[in-house]
Amino acid sequence: MNNFSYTRAATVQEAVAALAAEPSAKFVAGGTNLIDLLKYNVERPTRLVDITRLPLRDIEEAPGGGLRIGALVPNSDLAYDERVEQRYPLLTSAILAGASPQLRNAASTGGNLLQRTRCYYFYDPGTPCNKREPGTGCPAITGQNRIHAILGTSEHCIATHPSDMCVALAALDARVQVTGPDGARSIPFAEFHRLPGDRPEIDTTLRHGEVITAIDLPAEDFSANHTYLKLRDRLSYAFALVSVAVALRIEDGVIRDARLALGGVAHKPWRDPDAESLLRGRAPIPEAFQAAAERVLRGAKGFEHNGFKIELARRAIVRALGQAARSTPQTQSDKRIK
Amino acid sequence: MLRDPDLHVGAPRSRIDGVAKVTGEARYAAEHRAPDLAHGIVVSGAIARGRITSIDSSAALAVPGVIQVFTHENRRSTAWLDYNYQDEVAPPGSPFRPLYDAEIHFSGQPVALVVAEDYDAAAYAASLVRITYEAAEHATSLEAQAYKSYVPPKKRSGIKPPSPPRGDAPGAFTASPVMIEADYTHAVEHHNPMEPHASTVIWEGDGKLTVHDKTQGPQNSHSYVVAVFGLKADDVQVKNAYVGGAFGLGLRPHYQLFLAVMAALELKRSVRVVLTRDQMFTLSYRPHSLQTVKLGADRNGKLNAVIHAAVSGTSRFEDYQEDIVNWSGFLYQCDNAAFSYELAKLDTYTPSDMRAPGAATGMFAVEIAMDELAAETGTDPVELRLRNYADKDENQDKPFTSKELRACYAQAAERFGWSRRNPEPRATTEGRELVGWGMASGIWEAFMQKASARARLAADGTLEVATATSDIGTGTYTILAQIGADALGLRMEQVSVKIGDSSLPTSPIEGGSWTAASNGSAVMVACTAVREELFRKARGLDGSPLANVPPERVVFRGGRIAVADDPSRSVAISEVMRAAGLEVIEREETAQQDPATTKRYASYTHSAIFAEVKVDEDLGVVRVTRVVVAVAAGKIINPKTARSQILGGVVMGIGMALHEETMADHNLGRFMNHNLAEYHVPANADIHDIEVIFVEEHDDKISPIGVKGLGEIGIVGTAAAVANAIFHATGKRVRSLPITLDKLL
Ligand SMILES: Cc1cc2nc3c(=O)[nH]c(=O)nc-3n(C[C@H](O)[C@H](O)[C@H](O)COP(=O)(O)OP(=O)(O)OC[C@H]3O[C@@H](n4cnc5c(N)ncnc54)[C@H](O)[C@@H]3O)c2cc1C
Ligand code: SF4
Repeated sequence: MNNFSYTRAATVQEAVAALAAEPSAKFVAGGTNLIDLLKYNVERPTRLVDITRLPLRDIEEAPGGGLRIGALVPNSDLAYDERVEQRYPLLTSAILAGASPQLRNAASTGGNLLQRTRCYYFYDPGTPCNKREPGTGCPAITGQNRIHAILGTSEHCIATHPSDMCVALAALDARVQVTGPDGARSIPFAEFHRLPGDRPEIDTTLRHGEVITAIDLPAEDFSANHTYLKLRDRLSYAFALVSVAVALRIEDGVIRDARLALGGVAHKPWRDPDAESLLRGRAPIPEAFQAAAERVLRGAKGFEHNGFKIELARRAIVRALGQAARSTPQTQSDKRIK
Repeated sequence: MLRDPDLHVGAPRSRIDGVAKVTGEARYAAEHRAPDLAHGIVVSGAIARGRITSIDSSAALAVPGVIQVFTHENRRSTAWLDYNYQDEVAPPGSPFRPLYDAEIHFSGQPVALVVAEDYDAAAYAASLVRITYEAAEHATSLEAQAYKSYVPPKKRSGIKPPSPPRGDAPGAFTASPVMIEADYTHAVEHHNPMEPHASTVIWEGDGKLTVHDKTQGPQNSHSYVVAVFGLKADDVQVKNAYVGGAFGLGLRPHYQLFLAVMAALELKRSVRVVLTRDQMFTLSYRPHSLQTVKLGADRNGKLNAVIHAAVSGTSRFEDYQEDIVNWSGFLYQCDNAAFSYELAKLDTYTPSDMRAPGAATGMFAVEIAMDELAAETGTDPVELRLRNYADKDENQDKPFTSKELRACYAQAAERFGWSRRNPEPRATTEGRELVGWGMASGIWEAFMQKASARARLAADGTLEVATATSDIGTGTYTILAQIGADALGLRMEQVSVKIGDSSLPTSPIEGGSWTAASNGSAVMVACTAVREELFRKARGLDGSPLANVPPERVVFRGGRIAVADDPSRSVAISEVMRAAGLEVIEREETAQQDPATTKRYASYTHSAIFAEVKVDEDLGVVRVTRVVVAVAAGKIINPKTARSQILGGVVMGIGMALHEETMADHNLGRFMNHNLAEYHVPANADIHDIEVIFVEEHDDKISPIGVKGLGEIGIVGTAAAVANAIFHATGKRVRSLPITLDKLL
């Protein structure tokens, strides 16, 4: 860990100004990812701007009927908030599928969005990695890529975004509220994370100095038909190999609206509008699920050790759509898959 | 038989070190303090093979608080001969010498030690050391190197080489009506004890050192330090009062010990070096191996031929060896058998013993093969094993000191409900899940090693027992107290146990599951000597109630010596001591197995393990919902700590079956998932019911106290039982561990 200065910001403006003034300063919230990366010498900020005292800890009713979640709401508070449990159970489920209770207590909503990939090479400064040190190469492509992406990869990086919560937020069409040196803006969730392309060092469209202030959940109600299905190398406390968030609106035996997002398969939570539109207007039957799965995975490409993810994702999508349609969402306490 | 409620041996007793551990009073190697303590951080190398061409420490040295950066260029000179680096359990070869020269032998090799006034300065400075390398071609893939395998020219002491062939195995195999032949493999595993390796070296002045080391053998670390640095034996004391798990990783001294001692001697001050979790993956590991098992049998599953061959990885500088291929010969009767075991050189650090070394590896293959034979011949898997039950050690042609494996099969099967098993694979479902039941046998060699102990009875009737072994979490403190308490009829609280110190009476390293048998016997013998002396004194007192009573007629109970059939005639221990004018009675004794017994008999601990799995076949998700294991391990001194040992072993076996895997990038020659987020051990959600049964087994030969040992047996066979249950559930035979979900899709 390098030496760094430390500032505790009292207001959003102060936080933004502190970061804007210093190109290698970083915000720290729960610290559950950033402090690890500091210890590994992967992140070497010159200053940490502690934002944990900012007044961003509330979950409020939003004007249009949705919820506004402050960026510093701990993951566990968010998961167990009554309004979230009732109106956005998909989000509760996805959060509880991740990490451990201790980590969820410490981790913040904003930090969860900005956690970095778990690619082994990225965490090991003894190896090359385009994301950590641009231009050094991507050893994962020809190396240990069991946990890597099958969709949206580039020749420069095949890392995945590791978050569970974000997969649900993507499915729910959340918006990310940010404030930066040039004022506030709102980013649709689908545009928040980016694909690696030839700039794998950049994970998101957030600009330096911008702080996430809140996540907005729109008013749509998917509480009847939803699920978060996570498949991993042990039954809890492991990152997803493949995860699927599904939110359906079914009326008179017909799927009226469908959201399908995948985790563990790409550099961002993966949504495919074409696949979702294939589901709309159809009865919730396995053939429809199968077709949607095929569509999502049509461009999927495996590497030496992760080719299985394509078939696993196909089956997981079908299973998850079935769980959602039957209103038997996956529970995160009982590890039996429904 | 009713137990005597005053006796401690055989009764479940809580750990006597438990309170110290949960209150934090127990100090581990990295937790000892000294007023002038300096902190060392290891800089790990990046390449797998080659040479260091330059080291630039200037930026590191410029960090405030940095005292020194040690490299091969400026380290003090140490011993020249390999001999001096060879510890008690070193395999044949040339042990790795930290910071010795510019040569790089494995990825993550320590290439510098940064020492600073505080940990953070050292850690930061370590990140600033600039090293350039000239890489040479490396090889880390066993699959790619297996074609160059060789029979190790020098045998590792204490490890059985493959037994000589019996009969004509290849001929009998081809002539057999039923032939099973398959390849088996398992992943590299790292031990990953909770406590990382660490050494705190306290500079006591005048060149004297007290070393708190993470080790399973304080005397092993002691002789290593003395030999390598040319010190006087009396100037060095190694302590390891508490050890936070080790699983074999603490058998050999590791490089943090060398580096901490080197820095302390050079700087003439106290130094602590703690490895990071990542660096724990640069130490030893359970080697990957490629095995082939061939079983030839008649149509009833009676074995005609067993052929077991294995190739394992080792380092380029040492020939680590373990016994992978002999186990079938100890378990099953078969007239024709052939075994082979070869090594292949890899550019990694030397592998080492990890819980049930060789047996966990070999038995997973043998016991899956036996399940395949059972399926092929339509024989019940338990019945198949009974049909082939060995009544003597087939490899060595020796009788067993005891073998209650039949009772293990019977009792575990009964508890598990095995008789209700539908033999057809894929026949049982529960909701979406396929249900499978599988079983396997477990075996581990029972050893007793020569060990010494001291017993010291004080005037107030308290007893101290001491021996230089270690408690790596197994419960050694507690069982030694139980043995001491019973020998003199004391309460547990009246007995204190001193272990984990090189200056105590000579002990073998803690390992091989031999500590209870060896050190337990030594404590028993020493306490018996004290007891005899005490009795002599008691009988000699004026007006002694024990006058003219022969020793066989007295009992030591409740702090008193009494005539067994006339408890009214008794005297308190403290009274004897006072009347005889004694401050203490102290005896040091050595216990050892009778060499004639060792020569004539073979001795093993056995188990039968039954597992239930539920498999969501579509998604490859496996849950191990139930395990019943019956263990025959001679006398069980403490059923509570014993059960914990078996539970831990079974959990580790489930990990071996489903989770544990260190993945190497062979292009870089480096293990990649070097942290506990990505190296998966079972989480709580992966573990359900585990029931442990201890089968009665009387053994008057293995050790004076009838104990065989328990540390390893829990893991042996577990992976096979899980794999066999998965086969029963799904009809899929997976022969490579861990069985991750992709292998079931
Ligand atoms: C062992 C382990 C297992 C885990 N398993 C899972 C899992 O299974 N699933 C899962 O989803 N997650 C998992 N996590 C990750 C965990 O969810 C994240 O570490 C956590 O959500 C990050 O939140 P934080 O507040 O601690 O972020 P920090 O570590 O404080 O920050 C992370 C990044 O976000 C930036 N940041 C934080 N807040 C803001 C803000 N308001 N505005 C702008 N930038 C900000 C920081 O500068 C930093 O770059 C695991 C973590 C660990 C250590
Ligand atoms: S996949 Fe991305 S993060 Fe991983 S090594 Fe390649 S560039 Fe680095």
